[in-house]
Amino acid sequence: MSEIPVEHLLMLSTALFFIGAYGFLTRRNMIAMLMSLELMLNSVNINFIVFNKYLFPDTIEGLGFTIFIIAIAAAEAAVAIAIIINLYRNTKNIDAENADHLKH
Amino acid sequence: MSASAIAFYCIAAFILITGILTVTTKKLFRAAIWLLFSLIGIAALFFWMEVEFAAAVQVIVYVGGIVVLIIFSIFLTNQEGVNMPSALTKRSLFAGLAVVSAAAYTCTLLCNHYWMKGSDAIFDPSVNNIGYLLVANTPESFVLPFELVSVLLLAAMIGCIVIAMKAQPENK
Repeated sequence: MSEIPVEHLLMLSTALFFIGAYGFLTRRNMIAMLMSLELMLNSVNINFIVFNKYLFPDTIEGLGFTIFIIAIAAAEAAVAIAIIINLYRNTKNIDAENADHLKH
Repeated sequence: MSASAIAFYCIAAFILITGILTVTTKKLFRAAIWLLFSLIGIAALFFWMEVEFAAAVQVIVYVGGIVVLIIFSIFLTNQEGVNMPSALTKRSLFAGLAVVSAAAYTCTLLCNHYWMKGSDAIFDPSVNNIGYLLVANTPESFVLPFELVSVLLLAAMIGCIVIAMKAQPENK
């Protein structure tokens, strides 16, 4: 375990974050955008645990933050899906480009 | 290269490949299944780092909860069979360019940074210690954020029910 440098773990989470960012920028379906968002949140979780384990192993605060992030991600996904289902019920369409009813 | 290192690189390749397939595949349902595999790979990475509690929470909440919720909402919005409209060429070009350059810049920063040596203390993420971290009666514990998260979850639950509730017909 110690022979893996910290950089490689952090590069993994960087790559995952930017894969999620690419999906968020290019997808137009709202559920697909939500999935990209989940990838980005997960890469942040990896970062917290890597920093905690390899640089500050005497505490477990990074792990605590990871648990809070997972809880908040679950709440966020539930609210987002409720909004998407309500939008689909009203407009039969969940493309982000078409949801412009509030635009003036 | 030891077995542990080989396991790490296999897990990393698995996570990245399934992640790329999540954001590029045409069918929405397949994207959800690739996301499922990517999240399982991240849980495997947590197991590899010997943070078993985080791996268990990852499997229960993400794989068992959020992905199932996403698949349900795909079925509720009748998107499972149709191809998603492909992204605009200009937009995907600029997004890819921005993302690749930002990732390259971040990786350069990571490689040139001097990482201090971590202390030699043993990392002990047992459930006992996590309980002390979250709800013990000490100044270092996270009691207030813990309570805030529980209130947030309650508010989110009520909000979801109110948003997704069917409006009553007027003439009834």
